[in-house]
Amino acid sequence: MHFFANHILSVVLFTPLVGALLLLLIPRANEQAHKIAGNVFGVLGFLVSLPLLRWFKPEWGGFTFEETADWIPSIGAKYHLGIDGISLLLVMLTTFLGMIAILSSWSAIHLRTKEYYILLLLLQTGMIGVFVSLDFFLFYVFWEVMLVPMYFLIGVWGSDRRLYAAIKFFLYTLAGSVVMLLAILALYFYAPVAPGGTRTFDVPTLLAAAQTFADPLKVWLFWGFFFAFAIKVPMFPFHTWLPDAHTEAPTAGSVILAGVLLKMGTYGFIRFSLPLLPTDALLRHKIVQIIIVLSIIGIIYGALVCLMQKDMKRLIAYSSVSHLGFCTLGIFALNPNGLSGSVLQQINHGISTGALFLIVGVLYERRHTRMISEFGGLATPMPNFAAIYLIVSLSSLGMPLLNGFIGEFTILQGAFQVSKAWAAWGSLGVVLGAAYLLWLYQRVMFGPVTQFANEELPDLNLREYATLVPLVILAFWIGIYPKPFFDLIEKPVENIVKQVNPHFYDAERAKLPPVELHAAAAETK
Amino acid sequence: MNIPIINSLLSYLQGDGAVILPEIELLLFGLGILLIDFWIEEKEKYLNAGLALAGTLFSAFTLWRLRGAIAARGDIAGFHESVLVDHFFLFFAVLFLAATALVILLSVKYLQMEREQEGEYYSLLLFACVGMMFMASGIDLIVMFLGLETMALSFYVLTGFLRREKRSNEAALKYVLLGAFSSGILAYGFSILYGLSGATNIGTITAALANRDRLIHIVALSRLSGASGEQAHELLARQLPMALNFDPFVLQMLPILAFVLVAVGLFFKVAAAPFHQWAPDVYEGAPTPIAAYVSVASKTASFALLLRLFISVFSPSQNASHQQWMYLIAGVAVVSLTWGNLAALTQTNVKRLLAYSSISHVGYILLGLVAWNKTAFTGIAFYLFSYVFMTAGAFAVIIVLRQKGIIGEELDDLNGLYYRSPAAAVLLLVFMLSLAGIPPTAGFMGKYFIFLSLIETHHPLLAVFAVLYIVPALYYYFRIVVHAWLKPPGEAPAPIMTSAQAVALGIAVFVTLAAGLYPEPFTRLAQYAFGQ
Repeated sequence: MHFFANHILSVVLFTPLVGALLLLLIPRANEQAHKIAGNVFGVLGFLVSLPLLRWFKPEWGGFTFEETADWIPSIGAKYHLGIDGISLLLVMLTTFLGMIAILSSWSAIHLRTKEYYILLLLLQTGMIGVFVSLDFFLFYVFWEVMLVPMYFLIGVWGSDRRLYAAIKFFLYTLAGSVVMLLAILALYFYAPVAPGGTRTFDVPTLLAAAQTFADPLKVWLFWGFFFAFAIKVPMFPFHTWLPDAHTEAPTAGSVILAGVLLKMGTYGFIRFSLPLLPTDALLRHKIVQIIIVLSIIGIIYGALVCLMQKDMKRLIAYSSVSHLGFCTLGIFALNPNGLSGSVLQQINHGISTGALFLIVGVLYERRHTRMISEFGGLATPMPNFAAIYLIVSLSSLGMPLLNGFIGEFTILQGAFQVSKAWAAWGSLGVVLGAAYLLWLYQRVMFGPVTQFANEELPDLNLREYATLVPLVILAFWIGIYPKPFFDLIEKPVENIVKQVNPHFYDAERAKLPPVELHAAAAETK
Repeated sequence: MNIPIINSLLSYLQGDGAVILPEIELLLFGLGILLIDFWIEEKEKYLNAGLALAGTLFSAFTLWRLRGAIAARGDIAGFHESVLVDHFFLFFAVLFLAATALVILLSVKYLQMEREQEGEYYSLLLFACVGMMFMASGIDLIVMFLGLETMALSFYVLTGFLRREKRSNEAALKYVLLGAFSSGILAYGFSILYGLSGATNIGTITAALANRDRLIHIVALSRLSGASGEQAHELLARQLPMALNFDPFVLQMLPILAFVLVAVGLFFKVAAAPFHQWAPDVYEGAPTPIAAYVSVASKTASFALLLRLFISVFSPSQNASHQQWMYLIAGVAVVSLTWGNLAALTQTNVKRLLAYSSISHVGYILLGLVAWNKTAFTGIAFYLFSYVFMTAGAFAVIIVLRQKGIIGEELDDLNGLYYRSPAAAVLLLVFMLSLAGIPPTAGFMGKYFIFLSLIETHHPLLAVFAVLYIVPALYYYFRIVVHAWLKPPGEAPAPIMTSAQAVALGIAVFVTLAAGLYPEPFTRLAQYAFGQ
């Protein structure tokens, strides 16, 4: 138990890997055993991550559960893990969605099941690794390693254009990450070293050192990291890999792509890009402006493109571009509302879009098509499915009492504090979001049953309930009582804002009425 | 037993000749194979391979003893001051022996398949290895050149070893012609170096060139008007009156000419673009184990020779004009990266594809030369080290695919390899990832050091350029992976892996993964090579 408590992050990180290695031992023909082993390790991966929530202390804003071990001493790379509130939420999202994605593949995958579950589990390890690494070298290794299983998931189990989509995904992401590698190396090289000391890849140390850099260097580093994250998020105009990859991937692959993989980009922005913003206000303003404009274009463009789609999965894929636009908008509002809204919205997007992909998967398994025109009137044969789908749609489009609303509202609030125009453009995205999601729902679920094949579609089975209901419950939970989530990220967000936008809190204090100011002053005394 | 000749020979080998003991052992084993080959039956030809393998092991053991000796007493120069045993030599010699051993293991079944099981094959492998070791240890231009030629001649024969195969003959002829041409250029460069210094020892040449630089400086000064010019003029008139007639421009040009000739000769040997034309044809035509050997060992050996010269004679610290030289190397590196990567994109023959990809790897290593600092040397050594194992591994998978009646070199021959032989497909994936430079593999670590050195020496543009070429590289390496993993299998039967092949593949994959997952000892080894 003691060992477990001290190495909990390693345990969370390597449980899926152990599962993958054990799966290697199961004979190829035994499909049932692959499924069971895959699911057992999916659930186990989630269970071992639960203690993190219990032991985490939100009032402590720094990194906790840290583990350090020497890895490559001659270059200063260490095995250094640790999480704060933000990465905690993302790790939980990963283990949770991973479990659900594995469960959702039970009846969808019959081809090469052994490899399928091995790759899914490897992917889990890679993604968790990205969120828990506090060493740039380790981070980069996980960041790249994770591409390989995803490539195969799309390439082997995807639909018709899978080869194209898989290599496109790999090459796009790789192009971004190799540039990031250079940025990491530059950060590593330019960080001052104490005389007699060795260089280090330690993330907190390097980011602290980066604060002393001259602005031009910081700007170069910022853009170096930017491409990797912008492609991953993906921001407009780096998004073209996403519709292909999401559409062609198998259901579980899409769930993980949308739910977790994209968050690696936003996570990178928060953790690495923000501290690299230049100190010069004008320069910083310019950079932020560029990114905000790209985010807003992404929000609106993504939504408009959704309206034109004929393929359900492609529609949901493009909706990710729009939703992730909100996340980057919130991050670069550089205030607590924007940032915490963004983090929450990342979780929300994982839940809602993950659920939407599962829903498409449910329909695809029954009809083997994703074309919207093939459906219509499904509410009649599948009433329970209709209810869940409606809730998920509403959660994704930002209906109050559901999770999407909280995230988008907080982000827009944060954007509003900076610029009313940003908020106005952003809210246009919310309206369009309602339009494309409800229209999709209408075309698929309402009206008369147009196709003969749809008349007798079976409603959800127990396993499908098991994948969808937890997501619905979470959607309600965050929608009704988001406080525990905000509590987790409040401190880290505050730290980041203090670091990157130090004037924000001064300005806020100045806005307080004088009486409260006195009270605040008295408190500090 | 008291035969004077043998006694004196033995005592020589313990003294001045101790430095060439590893080479002598290989040579004896090579000659032994030639003799024994007459006695053994067709069925027992694999004994030749066993003997050759034993030779490499003996030689490796001697190297280990030498390692102890130089750890205790420092570098040993011997064989009439023309051979130097130092960390550099030991590192490369071990690399050559490892490559030779891998190729021997991979050859047995291949030769059976091709019905060309002559013992000469293994002797020539060992002779080539002897040549390479002299290329790494030589500190005398003559020894270096002889080493290079020993290696090259063995390779010419080995490339054409499949007598009945047209492609093989054609490749050998092309290799001989271009190889002789490049050796000629190199020899010309060496002759100019000799003319400039009157010596063949590279230490002496280095000193002579440094003196010459000072002289050039003074001559150039003496041409100036003003006080300092007058002073230099008087000094020359007193000390070396004939120097007054020298033209400083010509004086400067000669070492540069020597450098360019030597560099071009060696660029041919390492197959750097635009001197690479022989490589794809030779790789395609040669027996696959030999293609692997040429790609891996001949390249590494030529780099060893090149580094030995660059560290001393053409060292930037010795020469003021190194900046321009670095431009030349940077240019060749960039051309190699571009040409190699872009030409590889459309290849359909795996061996040709690997040939072009190896050209791009040369580009990365040359970039390390451009950076020229501690990290860069570690990077070059690490890169070469990982290159040997990952490339040998990639070729090994192709060799495994060579079955009766199936050549197995075209991309389409790989189709559905995963269904036919999952192990081979996984190995292929690992080697391709490593060649592309995806962590956690050895290939990534090599690139890591090169990129870091470029950043350290403020070459950001070159770094961005080099790093972006990983993307097309991944694309063509993954074309191989796509065929092996994602295409449905054709009618080809499952390949059968012999135990020798399995051992070779096991070693290659172990090193490729170990150097990526836990690079610490390998980094130390790479640092050891350059005495850090």
